[in-house]
Amino acid sequence: MGAIEAIREVDKVGAITLVSEEECPYYSRPMISELVSGKANFDKMKCREDTFWKSHNVNALTGYKAISVNMSQKLVKLDKGDPVNFDKLLIATGGKPFVPIIEGANRKDVLTFTTLSDAKLLDSKLKTAKSAVVIGAGLIGVSVTEALVDRGLKVTMVELKDFILNLILDEHSSEMIQNVITEAGVTIVTGQTVKKIIGKPENSQLVGGVILTNGDQINCDLVIVAIGVIPRKDLVANTSVKTNRGILVDKTMSTNISDVYASGDVAEAYDFLIKENRLLPLWPLAHLEGKIAGYNMAGKKALYEGGTAMSSLKYFDMPIISFGITNPKEKDQYEILVECDQEKKIYKKILLTNNVIVGLTFVNDIKKTGIFFHLLKNAVNVKKFKSSLLSENFGLANLPPSLRKKIYERQ
Amino acid sequence: MKKILAKEQLCMGCGLCEVYCTVAHSKTKDIIKAYTREQPRPTSRVNLEIHKPVSFAIQCRHCEDAPCVIACLSGAMTKDEESGLVVHDSERCIGCWTCIMVCPYGAIIMDSSGKAVSKCDLCSDLDEPACVSNCPNNALIYKEVK
Repeated sequence: MGAIEAIREVDKVGAITLVSEEECPYYSRPMISELVSGKANFDKMKCREDTFWKSHNVNALTGYKAISVNMSQKLVKLDKGDPVNFDKLLIATGGKPFVPIIEGANRKDVLTFTTLSDAKLLDSKLKTAKSAVVIGAGLIGVSVTEALVDRGLKVTMVELKDFILNLILDEHSSEMIQNVITEAGVTIVTGQTVKKIIGKPENSQLVGGVILTNGDQINCDLVIVAIGVIPRKDLVANTSVKTNRGILVDKTMSTNISDVYASGDVAEAYDFLIKENRLLPLWPLAHLEGKIAGYNMAGKKALYEGGTAMSSLKYFDMPIISFGITNPKEKDQYEILVECDQEKKIYKKILLTNNVIVGLTFVNDIKKTGIFFHLLKNAVNVKKFKSSLLSENFGLANLPPSLRKKIYERQ
Repeated sequence: MKKILAKEQLCMGCGLCEVYCTVAHSKTKDIIKAYTREQPRPTSRVNLEIHKPVSFAIQCRHCEDAPCVIACLSGAMTKDEESGLVVHDSERCIGCWTCIMVCPYGAIIMDSSGKAVSKCDLCSDLDEPACVSNCPNNALIYKEVK
């Protein structure tokens, strides 16, 4: 989507072919939980008009799956029909759910939750299912849990680590949201995982429950595996495209093979905070990466400024924004500013090194967090106004005039 | 396009920009009703920033390469290429707060429902944005910028 728009900004006539397994790929994947909860229908999930292919002059091969790429002949082989040839190729195949080997996981009611078809399948089970176990309490796990609670299911979340959302939050903020989720009727089990999925006594083909590593049994009708996503890079297996965990790209989103680009969850792109390439499967970054790839493919030089870990959460009516380094192992290497208002349930934490913001977590009061993100991204020295960072009315007015001017005139 | 510019040396921090913004985006357009009776309560889309002696009003800058448009999860935030406006469709907004996280001006706010965001629309239905027309000291001006 981002790439197509960028290409068409530069080049109105070149032929674009899009290959997608999904019939309507221009929908918001983060919104599948809204679909299941009933807060949104599919029309609302579409990020673009239905005329998108036509208005952008795209030959859209939807319902087709790319099987392999022949780099020397510049051909993409599809699961059906003729192969497609290319001058430039973008691989934006995204991620797929990571499903570990669990005994008994071959049952039909063991599901994953990343695509529209996953959401539709889950929805179809909710007419009869009364309870569910969600394995993994990251973003996907929490989002599907909220949707299931909205649909009246009894949900148990099982998280291997000591606290939920541990890749995004620190212990304190995690506990705050854990309390809210528990109050909504969800059982949260931490430090455990599922070692076995068992069938129902009356029909062993149906999911009846799970056995945890400590031997406890939790009965349920559905199991949702939400441990994480891994890059879907099968397409470049047996090619000379360099990969690590994802496909490696430079700042133009080009792979090591000329004319072959990658973007989104399949790519390992630049993180400006740690100054290395890494996997960051996040929607805003995927969109931007696609756009940068599109410009370069169409011949307009554009460099990816990089991204970093960033999450905004809305689940269970507890707004949370967190980005950068939020829960470091070596805490003494950071200056940590904390404000905690128990009564208002507000928690704010900022991590700094050498007077530069490197991480932030705000719970329940998330206003103007974008200003902090800007300061982090541009490695601004905040020494002069550090004492005001956590004040309730912090804003652009607290910044020194020269800096304020710079941000104000960013446009 | 025309944008709102703030002259901080002229701003007294009176807050009328916020009041008139709230009224302009209320259903009744009546100052008393907007503040006392309307549900959901209309919210001001302009932030008056005060750190004495500095004060100025800031609202959506309708950025060229708007980070909120790129980051929006639902397609609610779009850039209108013709007018240059960054347009927010509250019907499509799911309140994921991603735009709040990336706006360098802190100009996107949570609306009073707590379920969606809200931001300056330059009062498209008026000749001039309400905050500009009602600033008693001309600290806000509305003019063509490149």
